[in-house]
Amino acid sequence: MSSDPFIIAGKTMASRLFVGSARYPSQQVMLDAMAASNPCMVTMSIRRISLEGYAESLVDLLGDRYPILPNTAGCVTARDAVLTAELAREALDTNWIKLELIGDRELLYPDVEQLVHAADELVRKGFVVLPYCNDDPVTCRKLADVGCSAVMPLGSLIGSGRGVANPGAIELICARSPVPVVLDAGIGTASDAALAMELGCDAVMVDTAIAKSHDPVRMAGAMKAAVEAGRLARLAGRIPKRNMAEPSSPQLGLVGT
Amino acid sequence: MTRLTVNGVDEDVTATTVAQLLAARGIDPTARFLAVAVNGAVVRRATWDEAALNTGDAIEIVRPLQGG
Repeated sequence: MSSDPFIIAGKTMASRLFVGSARYPSQQVMLDAMAASNPCMVTMSIRRISLEGYAESLVDLLGDRYPILPNTAGCVTARDAVLTAELAREALDTNWIKLELIGDRELLYPDVEQLVHAADELVRKGFVVLPYCNDDPVTCRKLADVGCSAVMPLGSLIGSGRGVANPGAIELICARSPVPVVLDAGIGTASDAALAMELGCDAVMVDTAIAKSHDPVRMAGAMKAAVEAGRLARLAGRIPKRNMAEPSSPQLGLVGT
Repeated sequence: MTRLTVNGVDEDVTATTVAQLLAARGIDPTARFLAVAVNGAVVRRATWDEAALNTGDAIEIVRPLQGG
């Protein structure tokens, strides 16, 4: 929709859906799901090489079709996250980074203190930083203040499929954020993505909900449609919620009156 | 021999540069999407031939993988 551009750091994105490249049943299913979802960016991790995994590069398959957004998934210290971002910049020739700093290995919840610190350092080093963060308006504002190009608050725990756990908080973040808001983590099905967009998110990030669904290619199409529908509904403006019924048919000329 | 920590594993190697270390591990140094750090600092690809390795250095050799 050229009349409704989605722009991060001056770059106009091809869609409002970020898609992860992990956990698909096969490489071909992943590629087909990508084609069906039309992602604006595809996320990848940066990992130590092992000889057996070296032969085939996923980037060769994905990189020509979609912009790659490397992440710092799994990092628990600002130092490791910054180094991972720098390695990603060298490996992929991009200064964009999805910054993840994990404070609890079971919950995969962000470590806000280190996150803001690392975001600040990476912005100073010239990175376009998109931090995975809490659904907390103050944290999001701090991240924007240090120069992040977007914020990526979690809907619910990574991989949990529990959707947008705190819609009120996400709505507040969207209303107050000076930078684009990308809902990250927790999406379980298409209606979750649509809700996130209706709440005012600029985009949605999905991985597990597509990759681990029964039919990833079909779910990829569902997510694409949901994000578009949610965005249209947001722009259209929903009706207020009421406690009582309000008839939609005219009250005059009712038969028998 | 040089004692290095390569991707978290201590190793004795004969390599004295980053390029030699990659070659010794069967990694084509011209392969795309590789990145190397020594002691927490990225070593740019253009300098792999000259970048010296010394005993005690910690080397990270990485590439992109699937991720969310």
